[in-house]
Amino acid sequence: MAGLLDWLTAPQTIFFLSVTMVVFLALQLSAAVMVYAERKVAAFMQQRYGPYLVGPRGVLQPIADIVKLVFKEELKPKAADTLLFAAAPVLSATAAIAAFAPVPFGAATTFFGFLDEPMPLMVADINVAVLVIFAITSMGVYGIVLAGWSSNSKYSLLGGLRSSAQMISYELAYGMSLATVVMLAGSLSLREIVDAQQGYWLGFIPKWYAFINPISFLIFTTAGIAETNRAPFDFPEAEQELVAGYHTEYSSMRFALFFLAEYINMVTVAAVATNLFLGGWHGPFIPEAYGWIWFLLKLSVLCFGYLWLRWTLPRFRYDQLMGFGWKLLLPAATINLLVSAAGVLYFGL
Amino acid sequence: MGFDSFLFFVFAGVAVLGSLLVIGQRNPIYSVLALIVAFFGLSGLYVLLEAPFVAVVQIIIYAGAIMVLFLFTVMLLNVPREDAAEWDRAHPYYRPWALRVGTALAVVMALQLGWALSRTPGLGAGVADERPAVSSVAELGRVLFTDYMFAFEVTSILIIIAMVGAVALARKRES
Repeated sequence: MAGLLDWLTAPQTIFFLSVTMVVFLALQLSAAVMVYAERKVAAFMQQRYGPYLVGPRGVLQPIADIVKLVFKEELKPKAADTLLFAAAPVLSATAAIAAFAPVPFGAATTFFGFLDEPMPLMVADINVAVLVIFAITSMGVYGIVLAGWSSNSKYSLLGGLRSSAQMISYELAYGMSLATVVMLAGSLSLREIVDAQQGYWLGFIPKWYAFINPISFLIFTTAGIAETNRAPFDFPEAEQELVAGYHTEYSSMRFALFFLAEYINMVTVAAVATNLFLGGWHGPFIPEAYGWIWFLLKLSVLCFGYLWLRWTLPRFRYDQLMGFGWKLLLPAATINLLVSAAGVLYFGL
Repeated sequence: MGFDSFLFFVFAGVAVLGSLLVIGQRNPIYSVLALIVAFFGLSGLYVLLEAPFVAVVQIIIYAGAIMVLFLFTVMLLNVPREDAAEWDRAHPYYRPWALRVGTALAVVMALQLGWALSRTPGLGAGVADERPAVSSVAELGRVLFTDYMFAFEVTSILIIIAMVGAVALARKRES
């Protein structure tokens, strides 16, 4: 018992628990911020005002949305599979939140001398972090597929089927572009990959993998958008064809959980892209200890890219999506992988 | 009992229970889900054996890719709930011989396993600490492409043959 108490009051444990708590809450908050940003950006691009009534410039709109959803009635189709219908949104949200655990977001810190030795700003420093993230995000598809199946509705089922086909197709290209970065850095740990991108060429061009291997960056972001089911790849919920896709039959907080999962997944993919390709928390002008400011800036730029794409590009046709994934993206990713492997082997990039 | 052995029993229990649920379900969707749970149990065991790479690959390939395909197929074909076979409702006396032979075989195998386990020395001693050095990804890759090169390449050829065969079988004949 005394051992447990010692462990609980050790500075490392307190730091670990607070980082976990902060990440957990920040992810929820980021979903709220993304919802607000999405509506404001959409409004700007369509020359509207967007939400402006709740709070100054409508910043409290997400909170009003959540309050509305909490008080809505939970509906369940009569023929639905009760257990899976309830489990699917929870599964989605859990996978989305858990995937952020091995993502570092700042340099190692002693937290103003609180810790004896510096600890990295991340929940879990795993040496196969890249693969863990890949594994957990691939679990997210079950939430969508099961939601589609358990609703016992044709629109939901079609949405679920589409999503599983899409995720399988794009996961390959996604994994291949990950592999190129892993080869270049010679490590599967996100912390080490970020540290491998320190320094500059000619004094001002940062040594980011986005510059060393831009094709990989392009493939990763494209596949990442498809993985998170965002426009122009938002087939699982194509509203013109499928009402709302896999979450047609959901309401209230269960619906909110799907929404939460979607936005958290976007943030996670953007955070992983920041670490893999944009040098993570490294940047000029700001001291290393405050590197998380750079991380947040890069993350915001990528997240804005998501919104920009959604309100600019129309949706693909379904066969175009499959053809694009299998006939263009996957071969390109494979060739890119082989070329990068040759580069690492013969030129030691 | 240390924390590690406690975790071992948790993960082993999850794996065994999941496997039992796979065959104990009438609804194919639940069977698929139970198999995924069993894979997670196995993955936990790999982590305890200090092979995090194998654990993660287990999740990515089996739970993440293959089972999604299974689920996709089950949902697409809309496989109905399995009903009990006709002989299952019959009087035990009239059940087919295959069932009796199978049951007898299962009993014999269970007895054999129990006998073998009872004669194995040092079962309660736990895993020896001299583990092979395959926990690091770099070492695993080196071993795969040097010592086990032949097996590795032959396996990949086998998989390609299976893939080509599946495509050839599924392709529509143009007449």
